[in-house]
Amino acid sequence: MKRTLFRNQLLPWLLLAPQLLITAVFFLWPAGQAVWSSFLRQDAFGFTTTFVGWANYTALWADPLYLASFRVTLVFSVAVTVLAMGTALILAVAVDRLIRAGSTYTTLIVWPYAVAPAVAGILWWFMFNPTIGILAYVMKTLGYDWNHRLNAGDAMTLVVIAAAWKQVSYNFLFFVAGLQSIPASLREAAAIDGAGPVKRFFTITPPLLAPTTFFLLVVNIVYAMFDTFPVIDATTSGGPAQATNILVYKVYKDGFIGLNLGSSAAQSVVLMAIVIALTIVQFRYVERRVNY
Amino acid sequence: MAGISIDRVSKVYAGGVSAVREVSVDIPDGAFAVLVGPSGCGKSTLLRMIAGLEAITSGDVTIGARRVNDLDPADRDIAMVFQNYALYPHMSVRENLSYGLRNRKTPKDEIARRVQAAADILQIGPFLDRKPRALSGGQRQRVAMGRAIVREPAAFLFDEPLSNLDAKLRVQMRAEIKQLQRRLGTTSIYVTHDQQEAMTMADKLIVLNGGVIEQEGEALDIYRRPATTFVAAFIGSPPMNLIDARVAGGRLLVGSAVVADGVGMADGAVTLGIRPEDLEPGGGGLDLTVDFVEEMGAERLVHGLHEGQKVIVTLPPDYPLGERLRVTAPGDRLHLFDPATGRRLDA
Amino acid sequence: MVENRPWLTLLAHVVLTFGVALVAFPVWIALVASTHEPSTFLSGVVPLWFGDNAYDSYATMLSAGISTSGAPPVSGMLFNSMVMAILIAVGKIAISLTSAFAIVYFRFPFRQAAFWMIFITLMLPVEVRILPTFEVVAGLGLLNSYAGLTIPLIASATATFLFRQVFLTIPDELTEAARIDGAGPLKFFKDILIPLSRTNIAALFVILFIYGWNQYLWPLLITTDDGSYTIVAGIKRMAEVAEADPQWNFIMATAVMAMLPPVLVVLLMQRLFVKGLVETEK
Repeated sequence: MKRTLFRNQLLPWLLLAPQLLITAVFFLWPAGQAVWSSFLRQDAFGFTTTFVGWANYTALWADPLYLASFRVTLVFSVAVTVLAMGTALILAVAVDRLIRAGSTYTTLIVWPYAVAPAVAGILWWFMFNPTIGILAYVMKTLGYDWNHRLNAGDAMTLVVIAAAWKQVSYNFLFFVAGLQSIPASLREAAAIDGAGPVKRFFTITPPLLAPTTFFLLVVNIVYAMFDTFPVIDATTSGGPAQATNILVYKVYKDGFIGLNLGSSAAQSVVLMAIVIALTIVQFRYVERRVNY
Repeated sequence: MAGISIDRVSKVYAGGVSAVREVSVDIPDGAFAVLVGPSGCGKSTLLRMIAGLEAITSGDVTIGARRVNDLDPADRDIAMVFQNYALYPHMSVRENLSYGLRNRKTPKDEIARRVQAAADILQIGPFLDRKPRALSGGQRQRVAMGRAIVREPAAFLFDEPLSNLDAKLRVQMRAEIKQLQRRLGTTSIYVTHDQQEAMTMADKLIVLNGGVIEQEGEALDIYRRPATTFVAAFIGSPPMNLIDARVAGGRLLVGSAVVADGVGMADGAVTLGIRPEDLEPGGGGLDLTVDFVEEMGAERLVHGLHEGQKVIVTLPPDYPLGERLRVTAPGDRLHLFDPATGRRLDA
Repeated sequence: MVENRPWLTLLAHVVLTFGVALVAFPVWIALVASTHEPSTFLSGVVPLWFGDNAYDSYATMLSAGISTSGAPPVSGMLFNSMVMAILIAVGKIAISLTSAFAIVYFRFPFRQAAFWMIFITLMLPVEVRILPTFEVVAGLGLLNSYAGLTIPLIASATATFLFRQVFLTIPDELTEAARIDGAGPLKFFKDILIPLSRTNIAALFVILFIYGWNQYLWPLLITTDDGSYTIVAGIKRMAEVAEADPQWNFIMATAVMAMLPPVLVVLLMQRLFVKGLVETEK
């Protein structure tokens, strides 16, 4: 806390005004609207609106498509998180071994962070294009007939790879920072105790890397659940047959394209609850990290 | 130029903790006053109230003829030197010096003149275009002084300005600050926890403890006639010996030893204060078992025990020392305090 | 640590080379594809080496676009993206700086409430409140405008917290010295706080520029006339048509141009980029 404060009473409000105004108009009001309309139902022509209580929510739990979307989201998030974090960890451990060349590799690995998820989607979509895509071609020669337009598994694989590809750079940076914060004296002590490099890695690194890993876990789940919207939209549009229709995408589709406002609003509220839970987990953890 | 008067000033924090209690003191125009005391004694709080950085709970602070309680720090016509210097890291030395003047819309040529004058006095001319981080501790200290000087304020306030310097530089800088203050004749209030610094610098020494003034006056007077056991123990290094003693039938006794005769005081327990350098070998007086000796070079400090009570004696470095040592002190160098209140008895 | 295990070092190099290739491969393919003639993509597989149609692909996209695919000239979309990214980055930084200043350096009623209101924005990503937010923007008549594109995105709890953290580390004595030097709150803000936060501001700018440039869903909704498309959102509209009418060289040229500005920012300002990334996650 600051010892020295300015005494003005009006000035702080003027300083906060832009932020609070934008928050109120574009965040709180719409969020309130979403909650409110999740209790309403409009008829097909938009003429009448009736209050239906929890009906939109109960309808969601009874809707096999929505439950399927939950499953899709789960599979997608876990796959993206594991792939992006696993790849990043391997690369980070390799870079950590190299002293001089490390920074060059780092530069060459981090730049995809800057690539828009939508563009990442387009790039992989092109490479997997069943007619002319290079990867589809490679797979055909290996005897697999790739077609993400028809095959649900292929479509999921495509979006997972595209989403994970972009996220590797982010995880990589944090893993490298985590590894470099492990004091050299610890490894030296282990080396003096006669542990070889592999044994040393497995006994010393995992516990000390756990905080970074947990932090990245939350960040990656949030990324996979919310920030991958453009990847899906630019490639599969949720298809084929809902196979890649993750929750965030379904909210958009049901609301903007299906115009099923009540249901879309209820889905929004469920998502909000998930974000709030994840944010709380993240901040609890950050608080603990500060106390270390 | 202005005197500073502090009248029954108190500071009570929101939690009810009172840091300064009804402190009154007058600092004459041009004087160098030093507030000294252990940490938490309220000296910094008092200084910050004078500066306007801390609200005054009750009482009045007057600078010159103005009551400044409700004025902003900028309007009190004071300049302050902070412990960590608080130089603006992103500004050059020149910009640091001139920032306050620019804010006051001082004409450009006047700013240039004053900055140059301060730089000459402090010998920081060659660094004027450097950033503070490119300077040594002593140089930063000078820049902090310069920032105060260019303002030509009614008073300088110093908040432990030397405590971040190493011992040698500290001794050098305190002489420089003192000389500078003499030369400029600006009323100054200087806060420190270092009693030696306080002794050597003060025209007027103010000893604070627990938010109240224990004693104020000229440094030597305080050294010679401490008003309380706290002051006796705090001012002087090594500290004054404080020994449990008693008066019986006009004789002053420490345990079984008679230290003085003809004490015109009622019988009862007293605290006897004797400075280590006032104790001389020989005679009757205290009979010490020598515990250990600290060699200071110019002198040696003998730590001894007289019937279980610790006594420190300063002796010449070549004084031959056995296992036992008898010491005595002239009668006019004995200080008697009330053991219950700690106040001086022969006041 | 002095250690000599050549095979482990070699393994590290192999792993990293593979990683770099993996990361670069899609972009390589895109670059190559953008240099070929449209006819190349009618059959067979995408070539792995450059063709000689680069100038045509890029020049066509930059100046004319492809009207049949509903793609306006890329130069216009690039301009829109640049404006959007800069407005978002500058806007977020500006309102977060003033908010953090108010929260750290003042005590006023409902300060805690204001703090929480800003915090809540973290929990409401645009994806979960698309429809109502769209309605608000439409109601305010901000569709197809830079204001509609950027203002709803510039509230930022992350940036506010970052600056709050930065301000809390600035010693109190500096504030006190400034007050004695006659600086009021706004002067202190302008002369001391902002200059002292400038590396944090720069680092955050890098991250927010990328964030702004890569916006997808929001521009897609807010921009309905092709003069206000941004490149990241615009490329999807092109790709939708590509299935039927393969003009992959044009699409990939556009993709490359969409990637280039933010990637350049990361490569040229890597130090600030890393600093910004690490700080915003604290």
